[in-house]
Amino acid sequence: MGIRERLSGNEAAATAMRQINPDVVAAYPITPSTEIPQYFSTFVANGSVDSDFVAVESEHSAMSACIGAEAAGARAMTATSANGLSLMWEMIYIASSLRLPIVLSLVNRAVSGPLNIHNDHSDAMGVRDAGWIMLFSENNQEAYDNTLMAHRIAEHKDVRLPLMVCQDGFITSHSIENIELVEDDKVKEFVGEYHPEHYLLNKEEPIAVGPLDVQSYLFEHKAQQAEAMENAKKVILEVAEDFEKMTGRKYGFFEEYKLDDAEVAIVCMNSTAGTTKFVVDNLREQGIKAGLLKLRVFRPFPVNEIAKALSHLKAMAILDKASSLNAAGGALYEDVTSAMYVNNYHVPAVNYVYGIGGRDTKADEIEGVYKDLLEIAKTGNIDNPYRYFGLRREAK
Amino acid sequence: MTEINANTPMEKMTPGGDIYTAGNAREFKTGDWRSVKPVFLSEKCKQCGLCFPVCPDDAIPVNKETLQREDFNYDYCKGCGVCAKTCPFGAIEMRKEDE
Amino acid sequence: MAYNLKEVVANKPSRFTSGHRMCAGCGAPPAARMIMRALKPEDHAVVAGATGCMEVSTFIYPYTAWTDSFIHTAFECAGATISGVEAAYHSMKKQGKLPQDGETKFIAFGGDGGTYDIGLQSLSGAMERRHDITYVCYDNGAYMNTGIQRSSATPKFADTTTSPAGKVIPGKAQPRKDLAKIMVGHHIPYVAQTVGYMNFKDLYEKAEKAIYTEGPAFLNVLAPCPRGWGYPTDMLMQINKLAVETCYWPLYEVVNGKYKITYKPAKKLPVEEFLKPQKRFRHMFKPGNEWMIEEFQKLVDERWQELLDLEEITNRD
Repeated sequence: MGIRERLSGNEAAATAMRQINPDVVAAYPITPSTEIPQYFSTFVANGSVDSDFVAVESEHSAMSACIGAEAAGARAMTATSANGLSLMWEMIYIASSLRLPIVLSLVNRAVSGPLNIHNDHSDAMGVRDAGWIMLFSENNQEAYDNTLMAHRIAEHKDVRLPLMVCQDGFITSHSIENIELVEDDKVKEFVGEYHPEHYLLNKEEPIAVGPLDVQSYLFEHKAQQAEAMENAKKVILEVAEDFEKMTGRKYGFFEEYKLDDAEVAIVCMNSTAGTTKFVVDNLREQGIKAGLLKLRVFRPFPVNEIAKALSHLKAMAILDKASSLNAAGGALYEDVTSAMYVNNYHVPAVNYVYGIGGRDTKADEIEGVYKDLLEIAKTGNIDNPYRYFGLRREAK
Repeated sequence: MTEINANTPMEKMTPGGDIYTAGNAREFKTGDWRSVKPVFLSEKCKQCGLCFPVCPDDAIPVNKETLQREDFNYDYCKGCGVCAKTCPFGAIEMRKEDE
Repeated sequence: MAYNLKEVVANKPSRFTSGHRMCAGCGAPPAARMIMRALKPEDHAVVAGATGCMEVSTFIYPYTAWTDSFIHTAFECAGATISGVEAAYHSMKKQGKLPQDGETKFIAFGGDGGTYDIGLQSLSGAMERRHDITYVCYDNGAYMNTGIQRSSATPKFADTTTSPAGKVIPGKAQPRKDLAKIMVGHHIPYVAQTVGYMNFKDLYEKAEKAIYTEGPAFLNVLAPCPRGWGYPTDMLMQINKLAVETCYWPLYEVVNGKYKITYKPAKKLPVEEFLKPQKRFRHMFKPGNEWMIEEFQKLVDERWQELLDLEEITNRD
């Protein structure tokens, strides 16, 4: 049986990092993820981990140092948010292209500008094609559990890709909730040791990492990365199965909440799923067949699985907590509708951009989305698929 | 020998572009860049050693036992002429490649 | 043991091999090779390269010219990258995850672009954090890899593709940054400026000190570029010599804050002897432009005097 605790999302992530005991953590503070390196440097100062903490002078250097450490043969971790991730952007691509299984705790926050320190998913959406595995977490428990599973997925020989665990800034990072922790020794056993086949510090076999990769080679190396991302799907499920054996907590690509017999459903990620579950329960009491698909694994994107899970609906809404500013639709909406198309399912689908810059997401707004869906299901009229909720506009 | 080349299928390429055979650039010959070549006139050479370290391409072999230089390694010499200009004794002469 | 060029070259392995693709006559490879030779043969090294001429010419897939481990990530972060490698070594060795015998040394190479300019923050951070690393700047005084654009290491008046000598503006308008002194400002144990001069004794000995001094060390090495500077490819050693003998590129080291000039020319040559063979300074020799040479000489004289003063001040009892 696990250990019952009350922790904030940042504490949960830092606790997972302590239990993982990585060789190197290199990080730079940025709201709302600052507490993670704070907690971690306290662990280092008190000797409760073996890690070296590198207090770098920027996020760009944080990721550069993680790349150096991971290529050297170490386990390296970091944490950041928003503009910190933007500054890392160049190195984010390099980490994945060098096939280094670095684990990053991303506490989601709006990317500037104008400056805003509150939650949305614009930071994560900006790196969605960077070759990182991206796991989203509804609450503190999931942020913790995803972090414990991270290295097993990222370091798998068929994968070898970096991984980021996302959670919502402030909403979960700074909220204290009940959580069930796994015992330290069980985590150690579950995560296992890292033994890369080739690494810089192996003096018996010096290696070179990060070449100039000319026209004859880069295409193949990129295709290898794409294949690794495909391989990650199987590994994610295998690791989740082992995790369930240890904790009893079940994880897949996504959680289907009262979705089986639903006629209308919402697709969303992170903490909004909690609010949505509350609304679904209320609607169910009124006899409305509402459901939810909460996506956990955004990269690799479970194209076929998600399409199948949504195929029976009469209407659905995809919620994007980041605007793609593209006159088309949010990133999640594009991915879900594309998945439906290639799988030959036609379900009327609308997109809502919401919660930008920490705008509160209220239950009645979510309920409003379901009401819209019922109307679409009844009439078949979508009118404008690109919608907002929670945005102030002049009355028409 | 490095087995990877421009015809290698992706499945056989090293992930991330890592190279596990450090120093394998020796397999890549740069001698064909040359338009002029240094000629070693051993009779004029006093074995002072000044030409050893100046070669950007490490194309002047030095014997471990005698500590004396040997003839140029034309596999790598790019014909820059730094050695000839450095030699105080005129023991290196630059000539057109086809002479 | 006293430096013996022949023994060093014959008996210490070349760790920067032939078959690299830097230009004919480039000043960087002889310097880098000699720096790597300063490693004890039994020691392993991890080398980090900032994007630049040296990196893109020595590690073109699937070939590497480095016999030690090598990592390149990006242009501006060789300092941070090698910090991460060194931290991994420190952590893993402490935990018993690496063999306890033998030593591994950490050396970064960056051009003046990757060091003076875009990589300065990353370098400064690595130095301030006291990683046990040696950072080597091979300074060719412009962004040569992208085609000779000015950097903050480019000397005043130099004609580059982004500081062209035109009808109104005579080349670069500003004097060069003094990076070695910025490094001294980090109060690190060892900073030196050197060049491949004569029998390379100065370069070798400074490299050896830098690598085997505990804590961070910085070497600034002049690396003439025949293409960017506009001189014949065979003139490398003459250019190096003129840089030193005119005091354009003084040879000195700063050990725990104490300056020591390691070579003082018996008779300082006029700087125009260094400028004259280089096409990047050609416009300075046109009639009416004598003031440019005078001003350049004044800059060199001032900096040389400053160095003499610093040597005197920092060595007072």
